[in-house]
Amino acid sequence: MLRFFKTTPPTALLGLFIILSVAIMGVFAPFLAPYGETEVVGAAYMPWDSVHLLGTDNLGRDMLSRVIYGARNTVGLALLTTAIAFTVGATLGIYAALKGGWVDQVVSRAVDVLMAVPPLILALMLLAIVGPSIPNMVLVIAVIYVAPVFRLARASSMNIVVLDFVQAARLRGEGNLWLISREILPNITSTLVAEFGLRFCFVFLFIAALSFLGLGIQPPTADWGSMVKENATLITFGDITPLIPAAAIAVLTIGINFVVDWMLHKASGLKD
Amino acid sequence: MTNILTVRDLHIQARHKHGTTEIVKGIDLDLKPGEVLGLVGESGAGKSTLGLAAMGYTRDGCRISSGSIRFRDQELVGASASTLRHLHGNSIAYVAQSAAASFNPSHRLIDQFTEAPLEHGVRSRKQAEADAIQLYREMQLPNPEEIGFRYPYQVSGGQLQRAMTAMAMSCKPDLIIFDEPTTALDVTTQIEVLAAIRKVVKEHNTAAIYITHDLAVVSQMADRIMVLRDGHMVETAPTEEMLANPKEDYTKSLWAVRTLHRETRPRPEKTPLLAIDKVTAHYGEFKALDSISFDILPQRTVAVVGESGSGKSTLAKVITGLLPHSPGGEIRWQGEALPPRLQDRDKTILRDVQMIYQMPDTALNPRHRVRDVVGRPLTFYLGLHGAEKEERLRSLMEQIELDPDIYLNRRITELSGGQKQRIGIARALAAEPRFIICDEVTSALDQLVAEGILKLLLKLQEKYGLTYMFITHDLATVEAIADDVVVMQHGKIVEQGTRDEVFSPPHPDYSARLLASVPEMDPHWLDRVLAEQKIDLLENN
Amino acid sequence: MSGIQKLVLRRIGLGIVTLFIVSLLIFIGVELLPSDLAQEILGQAATPETVAAFRRELGLDQPAVIRYLEWVAGVFQGDFGVSLANRRDVAELVAPRLKNTMFLAGYAAAIAVPVAVTLGILAALFRNSIFDRLANVFALSSISLPEFFVAYVLILLFAVNIPLFPSLARIDDATPFIEALYRTFLPALTLILVVIAHMMRMTRAAIINVLAEPYIEMARLKGVPRYKVILRHALPNALPPIINVVAINLAYLIVGVVVVEVVFVYPGLGQLLVDAVAKRDFPVVQAVGLFFAATYISLNILADVLSILSNPRLRAKA
Repeated sequence: MLRFFKTTPPTALLGLFIILSVAIMGVFAPFLAPYGETEVVGAAYMPWDSVHLLGTDNLGRDMLSRVIYGARNTVGLALLTTAIAFTVGATLGIYAALKGGWVDQVVSRAVDVLMAVPPLILALMLLAIVGPSIPNMVLVIAVIYVAPVFRLARASSMNIVVLDFVQAARLRGEGNLWLISREILPNITSTLVAEFGLRFCFVFLFIAALSFLGLGIQPPTADWGSMVKENATLITFGDITPLIPAAAIAVLTIGINFVVDWMLHKASGLKD
Repeated sequence: MTNILTVRDLHIQARHKHGTTEIVKGIDLDLKPGEVLGLVGESGAGKSTLGLAAMGYTRDGCRISSGSIRFRDQELVGASASTLRHLHGNSIAYVAQSAAASFNPSHRLIDQFTEAPLEHGVRSRKQAEADAIQLYREMQLPNPEEIGFRYPYQVSGGQLQRAMTAMAMSCKPDLIIFDEPTTALDVTTQIEVLAAIRKVVKEHNTAAIYITHDLAVVSQMADRIMVLRDGHMVETAPTEEMLANPKEDYTKSLWAVRTLHRETRPRPEKTPLLAIDKVTAHYGEFKALDSISFDILPQRTVAVVGESGSGKSTLAKVITGLLPHSPGGEIRWQGEALPPRLQDRDKTILRDVQMIYQMPDTALNPRHRVRDVVGRPLTFYLGLHGAEKEERLRSLMEQIELDPDIYLNRRITELSGGQKQRIGIARALAAEPRFIICDEVTSALDQLVAEGILKLLLKLQEKYGLTYMFITHDLATVEAIADDVVVMQHGKIVEQGTRDEVFSPPHPDYSARLLASVPEMDPHWLDRVLAEQKIDLLENN
Repeated sequence: MSGIQKLVLRRIGLGIVTLFIVSLLIFIGVELLPSDLAQEILGQAATPETVAAFRRELGLDQPAVIRYLEWVAGVFQGDFGVSLANRRDVAELVAPRLKNTMFLAGYAAAIAVPVAVTLGILAALFRNSIFDRLANVFALSSISLPEFFVAYVLILLFAVNIPLFPSLARIDDATPFIEALYRTFLPALTLILVVIAHMMRMTRAAIINVLAEPYIEMARLKGVPRYKVILRHALPNALPPIINVVAINLAYLIVGVVVVEVVFVYPGLGQLLVDAVAKRDFPVVQAVGLFFAATYISLNILADVLSILSNPRLRAKA
């Protein structure tokens, strides 16, 4: 354990600390938050004081409590969305690389179309159809992010599939399950894990942006993106309160990037 | 005569994750003007590092820790960057192993030629271009007036290598470092490049350090040979003396590798184990194999010989079913037609036909342990588990001469190239096959290690009555192991027969050229071949 | 050159097909909706008669195939239909805002691209120096920051605390050019900060990648000075990835304006799109979405073509 702290760079430790703190905040939000998520506790836009450490928001709800609940909602939904995109994208990608043929062709062309349209615009158009709601948002973003995950999984599997040891397993007569789980997957795990971190950041920022635009997580649910929007007027009076949830988004993404950087570095070091 | 290059007690360190290792360990070297010194050694001997150090240059992660390198009167160790820059390209030039990678793809050959003379201010552009054309002509490049105006990708590998030598001559340097300049080339191309390099170096009286692992090549090029091993000098002597009378054991063992020779075995009258009958195969539109027919008799070794692009590796893919052959031909296993597609073959056939690969680094899954790699066929084909499997694993490890106690639990990444190749053999052997395809199995290995692998394969053949198909471009390997030989070019069979038949005249044109191009460890070999005009050097491949 | 033309035509053809597919998917999506659009827009209070009249007026009583074909035919004549929300002509609604959006994106790009590429080359040249490390930290954080965070921090700093620039970027046709540049400085700066780090990092990475090639060692061993090695030997071969990353970021600029326009209440396409999505005003969403997608696709085609032109080998093949 001590060795871990010694051998891990400080930036990565900081990143891990941030991720852990946000996770604890999210999981134990009801115990940590002094007030309820949607509970109106006073007048609108009350300044910081000892009772409401970060003051109140546009509807008179406790700002600190909402920031804590926001960790649960924003991060939780981003995690769910990334997980869906990843499971679907990576499975399809590895399978397409292994089998080639029409499966590969069909999925690759579909992904080409998805990636030919800017993600935010595609999301907005799809949301216009299905209407803004939390499940719709999760699905729409997951569908959009299946595309890059598929491409990465397919490309990195392609590099492995052509190697002689995969050929040897094929010649032995091994089935797809063995080829994917024993020959290919162990060799692309580190790439995929790092990609998961990066994708999570994108999805997280994406959800925040959509919510900020009023088309993502809907009120009264507390979420870091829409909280900025709801209280933006305060900034013109020189009050930094609305920047706190925005800063929370920034800190978490920076933390994840630090960890991903370190993992990528470690993975590339192992190859030598 | 004073030395042009004097190296004294040179030490070079390489930095890595766990500290530093010394890769050149106290080497002395003297080079007279106009002299060609051959640096010979296996991989890791430090010969490239030493060659680059002669220019006062080390690659990233390496540094000269002590010693002295004097070029004429100039000390290069600790010399300023600008001092070195004035020498590089101007007085000392470099010719790299891969010409294709060492020419900048974005610039035309002649612009890369003129760069050094212009940078050093020794020629005007016009003069430099005239020099280029002159040198291209001396290097026997086709269309010397025009070839410089092409981009690197428009010129073949052998021509690029000659153009790079011309480029090294652009400032008429006193010393050129040749770093394995012909290793990446096919033998018939290699001989043209060797002849051209030797001619230019001699005519301009340029001193050279010629780095190679190929003894036959170095004996054509060098006046003197220095043998390196693990960063030490083993011995140095004039070429003829070194070849005739090596003093150190290590040198003797290197010399001996080239003389491995299989006794001729009479061709028995037996039904073939594998019959290839008018087999044709395509990659898309491209016809990679064109109506190939030959038989492989049981317990014999067939060598399939050819240069890159001859279709010899495609043949392996077709036999194993990875690339189904086109309708019309047939592959028969003990008289019965094999389904062309891998998916349609049954497990006994898959088990009977095993394969050993060229690159030990990619042949084994780096995430597995030795036990997983060798054990899988035991479970998969023979259904072995537990103690029975363990016992078989240990006996297989003994077969390939690796201690089971030490190696069975090693990770693949912890093995050397030769050890990996042995594990590859164990994996093939575990299936208890009858027929093994060996795809260039020794070409990525050092000569001594390769010899060990060949001897092991011969021993196993004897013991288990195996049949081998050896795919190779190296005629020394053919000499060492083959009973029968098939010579391929452009997807067709040029000649086939027993080894003695193929190796003795009369030959079809291509076989003759191929055989004549293989360097021999005789310093006069190149002169002799050139004199006999067996090879048309002006032929543009 | 005819090879290049063929290639460009093929890419453009593919791009148009993609646009078709996207528009078709959106159209089918709208068709599949369970709820009745006319009812939804008019509200629950509307009588069945008014709903039916509204449907007729919008052409919603026609079969879907006919409506799609009519819409496509209209698009080719510059007719994007009528907004469901305010019955105004979509083309008229879009045109002035399109100009504003292009102005803002162009403004940011004109500064961001040259600065980023230059900084990237410098970072590669002075690899592992203090400058390089600072640039690295700056890049990593700027990639992690949401645009609205950057935007509000800039407002706080340069509009509220030190009132140098307006916090709202209101311009119209009558605004003089210089005045427009001044008023839109903060949104432009936001966009620049968001894209510059990524472009710079990628430029640096592309050049450093090339520096590992054997021909770079060859050039050094010919006695070529370091800066010339980078400019003459590394840069030309690093161009394709640099061109690509510039294209991606230009595309991102045009798309990224959505959030920035909302923050600065800038009358551009992004604002229009967000409003239209909230109101589910499909003709507007279709038109604006199609425009954004078309820009994005065109930039990608442009990048492909430029990459090919910069590489002698691909140039000859094409």
